[in-house]
Amino acid sequence: MRLRLQVTRRLEPSASMVFFVSALSLLLAFLVSGLLFVFLGISPLEAYRVFWQGAFGSLYALSETVKRMIPLAIIGAGLAVSFQASVWNIGAEGQMLIGAIVGTWVALFSPLPPSLLLPVMFVLGFLGGALWGTFAAWCRNRLAINEIITTLMLNYVAANLVLYLILGPWKGKTVRGFAYTDPFPQEAWLTTIGTTRVPLATFLFAFLTALFCYFLLAKTTFGFELRVVGRGEKAAHLAGIPAKRVVALVLFLSGGLAGIAGVGEVSGIHHMLRHPAHISLGYGFTAIIVAWIARANPLGVLASAFLFGALMSGQDALKVAFGIPFQVMYILNGLVLFFLIASEQLLYYRVTLRVAPWGEKEDEYDRVLD
Amino acid sequence: MSTIGFWISGVVGRTLAYSVPLLLSTLGEIYAERSGILNLGVEGLMSLGAFSAFAVAFFSGNPWLGVVVSGIVAGCASLVHAFCSVTLRTNQVVSGLALGMLGMGISGVLGRDFEGKVLATTLPVFRLPFLSALPGFEKHNVFVYASLGLAVVLWFVLFHTRWGIVIRSVGENPAACDAMGINVTLVRYACVFFGGVLAGLSGAYLSLGYRPSWSYGMTAGIGWLAIALTIFAFWNPLWGMVGAYLFGILYHLSFRFQAQVSPELLNTLPYLFPLVALSFVSRLAARRKVGPPASLGVPYQRGSS
Repeated sequence: MRLRLQVTRRLEPSASMVFFVSALSLLLAFLVSGLLFVFLGISPLEAYRVFWQGAFGSLYALSETVKRMIPLAIIGAGLAVSFQASVWNIGAEGQMLIGAIVGTWVALFSPLPPSLLLPVMFVLGFLGGALWGTFAAWCRNRLAINEIITTLMLNYVAANLVLYLILGPWKGKTVRGFAYTDPFPQEAWLTTIGTTRVPLATFLFAFLTALFCYFLLAKTTFGFELRVVGRGEKAAHLAGIPAKRVVALVLFLSGGLAGIAGVGEVSGIHHMLRHPAHISLGYGFTAIIVAWIARANPLGVLASAFLFGALMSGQDALKVAFGIPFQVMYILNGLVLFFLIASEQLLYYRVTLRVAPWGEKEDEYDRVLD
Repeated sequence: MSTIGFWISGVVGRTLAYSVPLLLSTLGEIYAERSGILNLGVEGLMSLGAFSAFAVAFFSGNPWLGVVVSGIVAGCASLVHAFCSVTLRTNQVVSGLALGMLGMGISGVLGRDFEGKVLATTLPVFRLPFLSALPGFEKHNVFVYASLGLAVVLWFVLFHTRWGIVIRSVGENPAACDAMGINVTLVRYACVFFGGVLAGLSGAYLSLGYRPSWSYGMTAGIGWLAIALTIFAFWNPLWGMVGAYLFGILYHLSFRFQAQVSPELLNTLPYLFPLVALSFVSRLAARRKVGPPASLGVPYQRGSS
């Protein structure tokens, strides 16, 4: 008699299994990054404590977490939709900055009456990000250029545009040498909840976005079509689904949502256009993980965005307490992603130990059943 | 020297210098993708290579040791991606992105104390008997010539040797290769590792030769340009060379307009070139029916296809 590992394929992993595996990979990523703290000469336990304090320890900490959750959730919901269509939009960072640029233009330079400022900022910000995203769709559909390349390259273009504006034509007259624009008029500020720095409007919008994207995916024909496109553009074409139009709409939507997140940051937090690294803090990239950890489910994105909001504000506390550079977030993000995709195997394959009689042929049981 | 001669030598010199990291990392990505593995982590691997080369050269005083270590470090880091995408058969896009973040993160955190430090010895100027006499070729380190030679060698290996046939076949039809007794897993691991080594070396060139210093973000998107260039080059090392020098010269020339146009706007050009270049090439590719390796990005599983 011998013991043998048997691997069989599961059809559909249960929700609790998905949750368990995701939580496990997060935990593992945390444990491994603890090693990094040891390497940097910081007690990991102390680091975890500071981290927890910074993310949830007080009302202020919690509000900082929610403040970061908002753009992650809005962008993440859009990315969830695009990932379901197998459209790899990794340009949310740039789309967000374009939204911020457009919003800033409306706030500072448009001749609109004050009461119209905010709504127009958000509408045009959405359109700005959406068109920036649709350009990538156009490149994919017309020029056959992979959207990963386009969206990524456009991030650098957008960041340089912001730099150009804040150092050149839009440089503030009242800020004396700093690279920002003038502050927005008060009418272009979002009201915050109580004494916190959490803008109420975008906070509610994050939930609406998640619901909207969820219904779009689960309950509409378009949602069905985009999931078919996600399985393969050729198959979709054979089924009579206009794959190119679906790709364009998906990038329009996810780009537009990123644009709204960008307007939310400049009108809700900064009240001016400033250095791209301050406007975005890497939200566009982190949202990729947020969408992925939620298995591209927009409702799940709310939870994972909260989690990553906590990670961001927790690591901010680490930065203050121990002087750890902000790039530690990338390490944590990378580790989470790695553990997550590696553990995917656990979701789809059941590994069991079984007793095999002597003489049994290897192939029969060791083969991975598909 | 006449003004025009001076100008040419300046342009050629800067173009060569700028093209090296782009060429090296593109060659590596071409090999990885030829074997069927898309590696989006090049930028992070370059950053890791640049940092480790600088740190080792800083402490040891020997830049060559830095070069060697950068290759090993980035090569080993890329094995994580190989493990995920080959052994675990995960999504290669996500795994590559994760590798990129990890590389940027680790080099950023560990490299913070090295920002602004000065190297005692950098890579020396290397002279070839004939070539170095040409205008623009006067003051370069060995990387400039080695990457040129490497492009030719890698082209020859890929298209005129048995190894090359094996690598290309694994990227096209792994099942057939498997049936013929070729170790698909080994070939893919080796190609990803090789790609990682080259990405690391291109980072080392940046931090030891091009601009002997370390700063976070010094890779400036070159790793991403390399991925675009791989497509532009039709997965062919010689075209990769042409593309790298083309991008290099466009990049350099755009900086000559700094008096007229703001540097931030000029900075957008290196990221717009690839899009323009790819838009021309993609039509050509469609007409000549050349595309990516058939199994690029598709994990291989015995008995499933």
